[in-house]
Amino acid sequence: MIKAAERQQTVTTKDIPSPEIHVAPSPHLGNTHFSTRRMMIDVLIALVPAMGMALYLFREYALRQLLIGIGACLVSELIFVRLRGTNVSLKDCSAAVTGVILALSMPPTAPWYATAIAAVVAIGLGKILFGGLGMNIFNPAMVGRAFVMISFAGVMGAGAYEATGTLVDALSQATPMNAFKQAGVLAPVPQLFWGLTNGSLGETSAVACLLGGIYLCVRRTASWEIPVAMIATVIVIASIPDMAGYHGGRLIMHHVLGGALLFGAFFIATDPVGSPLTPKGKTIFGIGAGALVMLLRLYSGYPEGVMFAVLLMNAVTPLINRWTIPRTMGEY
Amino acid sequence: MVLMKLLRLKDFPGKGTFHNGIHPPDCKAFSRDRAIEVMPPPDRVVLPLLQNIGAPCEAIVKPKQEVTIGEIIGEGKAFVSASLHSPIAGVVEKIGVCTLPNGRHLPAIFIKAKGEQITGQALYDDVIGGEWPKDCPAIYYPSTIAKAIHDSGIVGLGGAAFPTHVKVRPDDKKMIDTLMINGCECEPYLTNDYRVMIEAPGPIIAGAKHAARAVSAKEIIICIEDNKPKAIEALREEAQDTVIKIAVLETKYPQGSEKQLIKAVLDLEVPLGGLPADVGVAMSNVGTIAAVARGVIRGKPLTHRVISVSGGGIAKSKNLLVPIGISMKAVIDYCGGLTEDAARIIAGGPMMGFAFSNLETPVTKGTSGLTVLTHEDLRREEETNCVRCGRCVDVCPMQLVPTKIAMASRHGNLSLAQRYNILACFECGCCTYSCPAHIKLVQLIRMGKAMVMAGRKK
Ligand code: SF4
Ligand code: SF4
Repeated sequence: MIKAAERQQTVTTKDIPSPEIHVAPSPHLGNTHFSTRRMMIDVLIALVPAMGMALYLFREYALRQLLIGIGACLVSELIFVRLRGTNVSLKDCSAAVTGVILALSMPPTAPWYATAIAAVVAIGLGKILFGGLGMNIFNPAMVGRAFVMISFAGVMGAGAYEATGTLVDALSQATPMNAFKQAGVLAPVPQLFWGLTNGSLGETSAVACLLGGIYLCVRRTASWEIPVAMIATVIVIASIPDMAGYHGGRLIMHHVLGGALLFGAFFIATDPVGSPLTPKGKTIFGIGAGALVMLLRLYSGYPEGVMFAVLLMNAVTPLINRWTIPRTMGEY
Repeated sequence: MVLMKLLRLKDFPGKGTFHNGIHPPDCKAFSRDRAIEVMPPPDRVVLPLLQNIGAPCEAIVKPKQEVTIGEIIGEGKAFVSASLHSPIAGVVEKIGVCTLPNGRHLPAIFIKAKGEQITGQALYDDVIGGEWPKDCPAIYYPSTIAKAIHDSGIVGLGGAAFPTHVKVRPDDKKMIDTLMINGCECEPYLTNDYRVMIEAPGPIIAGAKHAARAVSAKEIIICIEDNKPKAIEALREEAQDTVIKIAVLETKYPQGSEKQLIKAVLDLEVPLGGLPADVGVAMSNVGTIAAVARGVIRGKPLTHRVISVSGGGIAKSKNLLVPIGISMKAVIDYCGGLTEDAARIIAGGPMMGFAFSNLETPVTKGTSGLTVLTHEDLRREEETNCVRCGRCVDVCPMQLVPTKIAMASRHGNLSLAQRYNILACFECGCCTYSCPAHIKLVQLIRMGKAMVMAGRKK
């Protein structure tokens, strides 16, 4: 598109060699270290610790989910993009990112078809239907996951996390969120921090999420306002029942480290496409997401609320954008 | 650097910086340390009748007429217009048409050199060298200074080319408190102002004094970015024992933009659609103010200017004192020609300059330099959809939402674009520079602005 707009002309004066001189509108420089593709690669890099932790903890279960998730996302991107007749955009790596995030948000024992269907829905309904990367409103991975969660409640719900008779230790326990919801048991904090618990593949290890998340924020691929606001809100809200129940902070740690909060705050909520444009908007988005997480965890039937919280905030993002138009310099 | 930071904050209400902006590589090493060379006079100059913002001047010479150096050849009759003078001794060939880097075709006076020219050191001394007074003697009234500026045909040499006499004059309606001299030169590659500050602080101080008298400004502040310690030192020394203050600012693009600079130094915001005069500021670039000194004190019109020729695409980067109207080709040849991998020739700097391919284009009053980029400099990834990352919002020095404005312009939704203050965009290029999707935001906004302006005229 740009090429066509450039007039090409060859300079041929006697003293000058004849380089090709292009004409184009200013600015003529661009930041070469930063591109859509580079952002997506950054996310993949940031997900490495979480992937590693999942593989260590859940072994073949994790490997299977990752392979299905990534594979199905790439294939559906290829097919759907072909169907729409646009150019294939696998190069921007966004389908791979969706695949990894989706796989890491699945229960380890989820059947293969659930992950595959989630992937197809994520790419097809979550992204391509809206017009491709950047045009979608909702986080594609979460659209896919929500779809299978509702359609296959049996294999995706709380019970799906526990499996007996496998070599993977973690699977023999209830997830921390579920243990607390059902039995009021709080898991020990160090266990939550290192992530030696049951849960969705990527969410168990707080340290892995923090490592990757901090990398993303330092690279400025993710806006720090969103995770900071989201986690801070959860801490503030969780401190109320914590104090009321004399948990001495353990309930706060449970809510911050025990579920998908860190994974969601750093890798899902920060998806630029579904989050607001301005720093102020991003802060509002984070606060809203954090509040919804707590609302769902405390009052809904589900033990976890990160997925729906992010999807709901995605829906109000256009509104937030409208509220937070910055004051132009010199405008009074 | 820490010392610089401390110095930066002293004496001024501003923070030494403005909101947002970017830090592109400054690329000034190409030509920074090259002393200004005087180019030999060319055989021919081409002088467009419109080299400023505003109305063109009228040619008052005829073909075959002989002209001397500094003789007036075009008269700026309208208020926002500037007169034109011949930079060489010669004969008027014709009143023809030439093309400017921005693509406009304009009537121009073609002059062929004839007779004796001033060259070399004599020319250098005449334009920026020699002795300059440090004070403005009482015989100069504000109105005489303003008239001298008008008669000298001076326009802003920083690139905008706004006629200086419109800004630097006594005005009963708008009181001016502060005269700001802009030596930021925040565009990458350009070093022409930098060289003038180092080599010729004399005319800058003298010009500032005279211009301050013209606008009755109480304060004079020279503004320089902290990546130019030599220039800061040279001007500090020259400004000793005068009331002139030096403000040292953070090196950031676009620090040299009027509104951003006023914010950084004085912590004032020029109202939307307004001018610096609305907050009591008159601003002029260092090169312009040196031309003012020459015009007022020596009675010599604007006929020459300093340009920098820089970039990986030119054989030898230089800073040159050239006659206005010289062809770009002559300048490029003098600098050893283009290299094999030269890919884009830009009049001005790479952020706001115009790319052109017709080398017969003349250097005009507003041409601050010539930047030649290579294929490597221009390498970009493909454009993708906007991923709504908000980078463009984070960098826009006007605090706009470039992505919204650009998309509104693309879809022709002008009312939406105006709700987002499209006209406040001054096309600095920060948004396009930073966009990971490589969307040509500025280009889209430029289109939108043109549509809005066209709609207003109707
Ligand atoms: S920087 Fe580019 S991709 Fe990011 S919001 Fe702005 S236009 Fe969209
Ligand atoms: S070009 Fe316009 S919209 Fe883009 S950053 Fe500069 S002022 Fe803002």
